Amino acid sequence: MPSVTIPEGAVPVPRAKRASLRVTAPPARPPRLRLAPAPFWHRAAEWMLRVLAVSAIAAIVLILVFIAKEAAPLFYSKVVRAEVTLSKMWWPQLWPGYDESASVWQPVSEIPKFGIWPLILGTLKVTVVAMLVGVPLGVGAALYVSEYARPRTREILKPVVELLAGIPSVVLGFFALIVMATWFQNLFHLESRLNALVSGVALSFAVIPVIFTLSEEAFRAVPRSYIEASTALGAARWQTVSRVVLPAASPGIAAGVALGLGRAIGETMIVLMASGNAAIVSASFADSTRTIAATIAAELAEVVFGGAHYTVLFFLGTLLFLATFGINTAGDWAIGRMKKKLGSTT
Amino acid sequence: MTVTAPAADRAELARLTARRTRRNLIADGALAVATGAALLIVVVILAVILLDVVRNGAPHISWAFLTEAPREGMTAGGIFPAIVGMVEMVVLMTLAGVPVGVATAIYLHEYASPVSRVTRAIRIAVANLAGVPSIVFGLFGLGFFVQFLGAGIDKVLFHGDKVYGQPAIIWAALTMAVLTLPVVIVATEEALRAVPRELREASLALGATKFQTVFNVVVPQASAGILTGTILAVSRGAGEVAPILFTGAAYFLPLLPRSLSSQFMSPSYHVYVLSTQSPDVDATKPILYATVLVLLLLTFTLNFAAVVVRARMRRRTGAPA
Repeated sequence: MPSVTIPEGAVPVPRAKRASLRVTAPPARPPRLRLAPAPFWHRAAEWMLRVLAVSAIAAIVLILVFIAKEAAPLFYSKVVRAEVTLSKMWWPQLWPGYDESASVWQPVSEIPKFGIWPLILGTLKVTVVAMLVGVPLGVGAALYVSEYARPRTREILKPVVELLAGIPSVVLGFFALIVMATWFQNLFHLESRLNALVSGVALSFAVIPVIFTLSEEAFRAVPRSYIEASTALGAARWQTVSRVVLPAASPGIAAGVALGLGRAIGETMIVLMASGNAAIVSASFADSTRTIAATIAAELAEVVFGGAHYTVLFFLGTLLFLATFGINTAGDWAIGRMKKKLGSTT
Repeated sequence: MTVTAPAADRAELARLTARRTRRNLIADGALAVATGAALLIVVVILAVILLDVVRNGAPHISWAFLTEAPREGMTAGGIFPAIVGMVEMVVLMTLAGVPVGVATAIYLHEYASPVSRVTRAIRIAVANLAGVPSIVFGLFGLGFFVQFLGAGIDKVLFHGDKVYGQPAIIWAALTMAVLTLPVVIVATEEALRAVPRELREASLALGATKFQTVFNVVVPQASAGILTGTILAVSRGAGEVAPILFTGAAYFLPLLPRSLSSQFMSPSYHVYVLSTQSPDVDATKPILYATVLVLLLLTFTLNFAAVVVRARMRRRTGAPA
């Protein structure tokens, strides 16, 4: 402990206070009491609780096991492997009638083709649009609400933005399909009404509340003392925001972006309804696209149970699960880091 | 000085900037305008969606719309069977999911050591469960509930006849229960955290067992939080489509669901079918808009109720917002 010299006269009052505090202060840990003896059925009920509590772990494990189980024939079933193998899915194939080898997704044709790249590209295109629109809007709105709005305005604005999270994705899909698609077509003179752009923008409406909520929380978690110190040093407001608040809140924003990304990749109904669902390889955002999630939703109802197509769709589901699992774990890690970083200073 | 006053909010604090140079003024203004514009765009998007749905949907909502079955290839009539189907599914989901979620939260907060491996594993599982895409829940429901549990039940009880080994309301409800589990767990745990420690200590000091304390003192105090979680779960369950696509939802049924193995109609699935598979889009549009409006009213009312219950709980326990 570093010794501090305290001027005479300033000592008595605080010391007396501290002394009286020491007597009445509760111990840091609750005292070890012997609890009343519990009857047998109490303990039985508590065991029930423990068993039920593991259900979340059981759920996540069962999800992985059962979708992977349905995808597994891809690796051993002769019937399935006659039609499709992993290498056929990932490497471009020279299909009859094509001039050069290509990755093609045509699961219901005379020669079923399960080239996966059109779907991955489609998912990426839609996700990129959603994130390009969603991140600036979500983070910007969060910054305004936490740094500029008066407390009373904030109380109103926050629930209003979070109302967006309460809109079911099928309603956003409906709105994109019926209303937005026509607006976009007239505005940008697009050839296909449903395309990566419309579905990506609609998807951003689902992503914005996720990014907004987590970013706003992160901004609010920046200790007041940081802002006071910066202001006291003569920093203008934009300097405080860009050099103190944003860096301090960055892990929280990263977490919001990660969770938003997970949502965008896995979201089904919006893209199923508004992307046009053509599995083509093209770099243009104005073309109709097909994502992994929409493919599963659109095709699973019409497949033969246990067949090659069925197996491949479950394989796509497994991919989707693993991708979002990885992204969400990264997001949670970022949240934990922020709590540690900011928690130690307040 | 205002700097030391604890009530000064950030907006006020920032007005104390030292140098009002032109550069600072422009940069400050630009930042405020840019972030304000972002917020404005988000609010306008929300307003446009709501206005469009209300304007086109409200004229077609009537008592008949809510109490009649669809007629003439979905271009007339109402959505009564869909509402009944959704209510039944949501009730089953709540009965199956909420007790498990509440039990998990009670275990996590009242019994488990916060640093034990099991606790950490449960928390990671809950966080990841919340992020699993809804279509993956659909695959899981088909693979686990329909193909594994359902077919298993058929083999044992019905000599292989297809009764439960096909899409059914019970499997859709159970799939949705798994999907909404994190919602219930998070809301319940938040409520348990707000129960003061003194209450638990007082109860233990009076000679109550841990179990009596938890179930007679702590859980009643947290009941508002459990209610919040249930409402949010119901709202989510009513709006999701992807998980019920292959596990029990039907396009049109002449009868209401009468047993756990029946299929069911749901307004959310109805919206999807009407907007993508209708042969005559213009003829179905009024019904479509009205269905969307009903769905939105339902989820917004539920979410609003959850906000009110939570706010009341916070005021009563005096916990920080």
